[in-house]
Amino acid sequence: MRLVILDDYDLASEWAAKYIRNRIIQFKPSAERYFTLGLPTGSTPYGCYKKLIEFYRSGDISFKYVKTFNMDEYVGLPRAHPESYHSYMWNNFFKHIDIDPANAHILDGNAEDLETECQAYEQKIAEAGGIELFVGGIGPDGHIAFNEPGSSLVSRTRVKTLAKDTIVANARFFGNDLNKVPTMALTVGVGTVMDAKEVMILITGAHKAFALYKAIEEGVNHMWTVSAFQQHPRTIFVCDEDATLELRVKTVKYFKGPSSTDDAE
Amino acid sequence: MPSNKSVSDAAITQFINCRILRDHRLQRDDLWVREGKVLDPEKLFFDEKGYADKLVDCEGSIIAPGFIDVQINGGYGIDFSQASDDVSSGVSFVAKKILQHGVTSFCPTLVTSPPAVYHKVLPQIKVSDGGEHGAGVLGFHLEGPFISVEKKGAHPEQFLRTFQSGGIEDLMEAYGGLDNIAMVTLAPELGGSQSVVKELCQRGITVSLGHSVANLSQAEEAVHHGASFITHLFNAMLPFHHRDPGIVGLLTSDQVPAGRTVYYGMIADGIHTNPAALRIAHRAHPSGLVLVTDAITAMGLPPGRHTLGQQVIEIQGLHAYVAGLNAAYQPPTTCSACTKTLCGSIATMDMCVRHFKHASGCSVEEALEAASLHPAKLLGISHKKGNLDYGSDADLVLLDDALNVEATFISGEEVWRKGP
Repeated sequence: MRLVILDDYDLASEWAAKYIRNRIIQFKPSAERYFTLGLPTGSTPYGCYKKLIEFYRSGDISFKYVKTFNMDEYVGLPRAHPESYHSYMWNNFFKHIDIDPANAHILDGNAEDLETECQAYEQKIAEAGGIELFVGGIGPDGHIAFNEPGSSLVSRTRVKTLAKDTIVANARFFGNDLNKVPTMALTVGVGTVMDAKEVMILITGAHKAFALYKAIEEGVNHMWTVSAFQQHPRTIFVCDEDATLELRVKTVKYFKGPSSTDDAE
Repeated sequence: MPSNKSVSDAAITQFINCRILRDHRLQRDDLWVREGKVLDPEKLFFDEKGYADKLVDCEGSIIAPGFIDVQINGGYGIDFSQASDDVSSGVSFVAKKILQHGVTSFCPTLVTSPPAVYHKVLPQIKVSDGGEHGAGVLGFHLEGPFISVEKKGAHPEQFLRTFQSGGIEDLMEAYGGLDNIAMVTLAPELGGSQSVVKELCQRGITVSLGHSVANLSQAEEAVHHGASFITHLFNAMLPFHHRDPGIVGLLTSDQVPAGRTVYYGMIADGIHTNPAALRIAHRAHPSGLVLVTDAITAMGLPPGRHTLGQQVIEIQGLHAYVAGLNAAYQPPTTCSACTKTLCGSIATMDMCVRHFKHASGCSVEEALEAASLHPAKLLGISHKKGNLDYGSDADLVLLDDALNVEATFISGEEVWRKGP
């Protein structure tokens, strides 16, 4: 695993965006061979999306031959609701770039049959040739996507009931009314993300520090589902200084070695 | 491929590099149009997997909803109150000309006239959509003849009327019919007028109070019966008095029924209302302010003498006065205490927007809404005009930061652009 540590949130966002940009450019995507990208939502990747939009605007990158697959979406929330992940992706990313709408995939939390929707999503990923690079975040409880503590480390895309902690944490987006917060979500499984060729996890902020510690310094454990990526051949954790606060000094020094951050260029 | 055509085959236009007026704020966002209406691009993206066929680069301009003028008597030599055999070409001529002022919809206004004029003119003009040919006609604004003698302003006294037989019949007799009428201005102190107010409102016609010596209670009673507008506030009504505010008092009246707004027209040409008075009105009731031009025949013409209804007027700069009946007309003195009867303005709508913003110190958004959203709400058409909400008609005006009109669009099509 690589652990890339940047001084602050903005630098971490920029590093991550540059890495994605470079991977897409080096891949040389075309109509015959699309670059498949897995994408997260939330406050952590926000800066990364802004940077990617800048790169698109300055002509450094095109998303014309990129297919995207988002990690999750709430169940039962109207798609046009400002807190839906469809709205997040439209407002913070899709509306600013040149991606073909047919290539932007997000789970439909209002599908007639949620089980079928999940299976169809796995199918779409397989048909697209699998995910080249899956970008994700980490919850304070170490979860990836909505794979809350206790989720199987070989899980696939499925319906998940949200943990009480998650619902409370989300209340701030729903006028602090717990009754308005969705209680279920569709999410890719840990196994789904593990299938990707490469995984990049973004972690910023002191409130994520303990989860990062559990994810990389302790063992693989389904209570901290991000720890599963210790067993993935190509994983990068991109974080800011604050997120490393619970790590051993020795770990940080090791990863902050001479050329650890220059790969993104 | 622009869309999977699941909803529509029609071409989609995306206005980019612009700031649009939405949710009462200027926002840096693109505007999407399809089939003449503002389109929701998020729905287009996710439901139809669609994107734009055509991009229009606005180069940083402001996009506001097209302006709506609810009081305009003519312009460019045309006088709507003149009973000609071909009123519609006059209306069309003006409709085309006002596109350059950013006006996309208007109410051709007739001042007090004899029944013969109404009977001849009214049937010739129908409510119609705008387009390349000109701004859309929302219906007539009939200012008079049921108004007060003391506050006739420039209206000809011999054609003023009162309600004799019981209200609405007098109206029908005077006008000949009520089709294609958007608004009627009357004086609510006239006997029998309250039932007329009620009946007009029931028929969906906006009732405005003006050219009147009504006190506040009479005005409030009219509002209770449905009246919702004040014709050119301050002009042709009793001045504000602290023990009887008169019609002006409606701006802060507590008798206005819940959920209803009383709107008021302001001629913000710097002449009809002192800027201090404009500010008092605006600060007292900002959400009710509707900019109107009350433009007359001479708007757009050089200085000189012109006709307005049954009278003759004189233009001097931005001032328009009632000419004396004798041939030897005396030039105006510089004394502002001299009573000179103003008779409509020759300022254009975009001039009014700029002047209003400058004089009141209001925000750009407020100035633009006073010429678009507020008149639309007044006429009850804000579900499709006066805003850039998804589904509204794509009547747009592109402006620079100083609020000069750069281009005008109706139903998403460009109908006027400023030359180089």
